[in-house]
Amino acid sequence: MNRKSGVGTRPLHRRTQIRRKVARLTRKMAELGEADEAELQRLVAAEQQKAQFTAQVHHFMELCWDKCVEKPGNRLDSRTENCLSSCVDRFIDTTLAITSRFAQIVQKGGQ
Amino acid sequence: MEGGFGSDFGSSGSGKLDPGLIMEQRMTDKCFRKCIGKPGGSLDNSEQKCIAMCMDRYMDAWNTVSRAYNSRLQRERANM
Repeated sequence: MNRKSGVGTRPLHRRTQIRRKVARLTRKMAELGEADEAELQRLVAAEQQKAQFTAQVHHFMELCWDKCVEKPGNRLDSRTENCLSSCVDRFIDTTLAITSRFAQIVQKGGQ
Repeated sequence: MEGGFGSDFGSSGSGKLDPGLIMEQRMTDKCFRKCIGKPGGSLDNSEQKCIAMCMDRYMDAWNTVSRAYNSRLQRERANM
């Protein structure tokens, strides 16, 4: 915000000019900092999601490899591929089924 | 957000916990079980071949599972 120059306005003392300039720059830098910080938070959240996803895939592999893959061949045949896909879906269905029923059991006061 | 090959394999060289390392450990476990019957004095040719194929199939399976999980997540989000 600039002072209007004209009759009756004294030029500002050099120290005051510098102080005001610093204040202006500091505000500008703070604005940039906020934008960077928001972006950083977004990046961190994205990385966390990726890590969670990968960890889950490792877990599925633990279970589904044994169920679906016999002797490793030159490629995965379609039966094996279908088994692996189904395995993921059925595990998630199982999780959902257990979660909801378990909640009911606990609610009824059973142990 | 598919877990493909690029970011998950290979060494970062930074000395931190390497994401490829977990893959390697689990692959070793699974392929030992599949390929080595009664442990002999060394790994014979068929065992070595089996291990090589097993590694490739493990990574194929990883990608299949990755895709299936990603699809399921998208389906669930679409239903919300």
